[in-house]
Amino acid sequence: MELQRSMVDGSVSMKDSAKSEISSERTLYPYVTGTSIIGIKYKDGVILASDTAGSYGSTLRYKSVERIKQVGDHTLIGASGEISDFQEIMRYLDELILYDKMWDDGNSLGPKEVHNYLNRIMYNRRNKFNPLWNSLVLGGVKKGQKYLGTVNMIGTHYEDDHLATGFGNHLARPILRSEWREDLTFEEAVKLIEKCLLVLLYRDRSSINKFQIARITDEGTTIYPPYALKTFWGFSHFQNPSKGAAGTW
Amino acid sequence: MFRNQYDTDVTTWSPAGRLFQVEYSMEAVKQGSAAVGLRSKTHAVLAAVNKAASDLASHQRKLFRADHHVGVAIAGLTADGRVLSRFLRNECINHSFVYESPLPVSRLVVQLADKAQVCTQRSWKRPFGVGLLVAGLDETGAHLYYNCPSGNYFEYQAFAIGSRSQAAKTFLERRFHEYDTYSREDLIKDALFAIKETLQGEKLTTQLCTVAIVGEGEAFHIIDQQTIQDYIDAMELSTGGPDEEAAAAAPPSAEAQGGGEGASSEPAPMDI
Repeated sequence: MELQRSMVDGSVSMKDSAKSEISSERTLYPYVTGTSIIGIKYKDGVILASDTAGSYGSTLRYKSVERIKQVGDHTLIGASGEISDFQEIMRYLDELILYDKMWDDGNSLGPKEVHNYLNRIMYNRRNKFNPLWNSLVLGGVKKGQKYLGTVNMIGTHYEDDHLATGFGNHLARPILRSEWREDLTFEEAVKLIEKCLLVLLYRDRSSINKFQIARITDEGTTIYPPYALKTFWGFSHFQNPSKGAAGTW
Repeated sequence: MFRNQYDTDVTTWSPAGRLFQVEYSMEAVKQGSAAVGLRSKTHAVLAAVNKAASDLASHQRKLFRADHHVGVAIAGLTADGRVLSRFLRNECINHSFVYESPLPVSRLVVQLADKAQVCTQRSWKRPFGVGLLVAGLDETGAHLYYNCPSGNYFEYQAFAIGSRSQAAKTFLERRFHEYDTYSREDLIKDALFAIKETLQGEKLTTQLCTVAIVGEGEAFHIIDQQTIQDYIDAMELSTGGPDEEAAAAAPPSAEAQGGGEGASSEPAPMDI
């Protein structure tokens, strides 16, 4: 890693060499991070869900971080990874949507366009060894067409009927693979998502019991206020855990 | 137009508030051979007169494809038209690369118009000497625009530019009210008839004209010479005007084509 960095430093332009003596101008590791995002298509549109935690390493430092935001009229974006990089991405996207609106000509950028634009940015940054340390889920509806895609810090991008980032890929997607259907109603979709969120709450140490669900349809976007899920810890093995072993801590 | 003391520089205003160099550049468009465009809600057609300088020469390209969903017909300085076509192709492909979707036609023509405007406000430049009919399809439907050397652009249901275009415009003015609901075949026939009007009695052959179409489910492409010949033959069979009944009908009999002016045996004008 050190060798790689010095090789890259050598190829930095002349005007950067003064800067690189003082400090490194690239992302090395994330500081404040968000954990999984889940996204699914359902009958009328797309739903994104996440918790509202911002972790500082192993500390659950911030408990009210909105990790799902609206982008224009047709798109929702959810981010996991470095929160400050997500804020930077939102600046880019808000500017993009602003210039798009300024045309005022009946055309508008849909989720597919936003996704591709973001992919160009993420891949470009990755090639400069200065990534935006995020895994993003983009969902939206335009003219009845539902769209759900993901892009991450190395520029990998793809679309699917249900997506997740981070731990969600390992814990939530198997549930979605067996229980997702094309024609889920909103209530059914939320129930399915809550099932996934609960598993993540139990098993992902960076998650907290405060979730946000966001929905986008042709009619519009709603980001619901945060709420908590009921958990159950009354399993027999959790009662009196040291029963079977004397002298445990 | 008279020569006067205010027409040397494009950056010199006349006392009457005119930029003569810009107006002179629009004269260049009127000298070029004719091009017409018309559109319905779902399709747009471009047609151009392709006269070769002599029998020894090949025809100059008048129709250019900018992307799958948009193309242009030019009239005026062909070299300027070629350069602008390259610009249009570049803009379209850049947009496709970043956004993975086709550049809306209205935004393309604004970028083209802004480029033309620059040349009307720099003393070391000259205006482009070419007018462009831009035909394209995007999510708001089919569109036809005319881009001027002056940097102005207008949207049209139907339009004609170049020499003797007034004859075509007169014909189009009579019929454009129904174009929104026209089928693609009827659009092509009207385009050919409009071209015929600009020929002032000269015979319309496939050698003389090029036709392109873009529409829903149909990428911008130049229509092959055989199909055009069929349309022309159908036009001649009917009473000298494009006929609705002859429209959807099959092409005329093989004998009529074979015994035709040997049009099919001569090499076709350059195709894209």
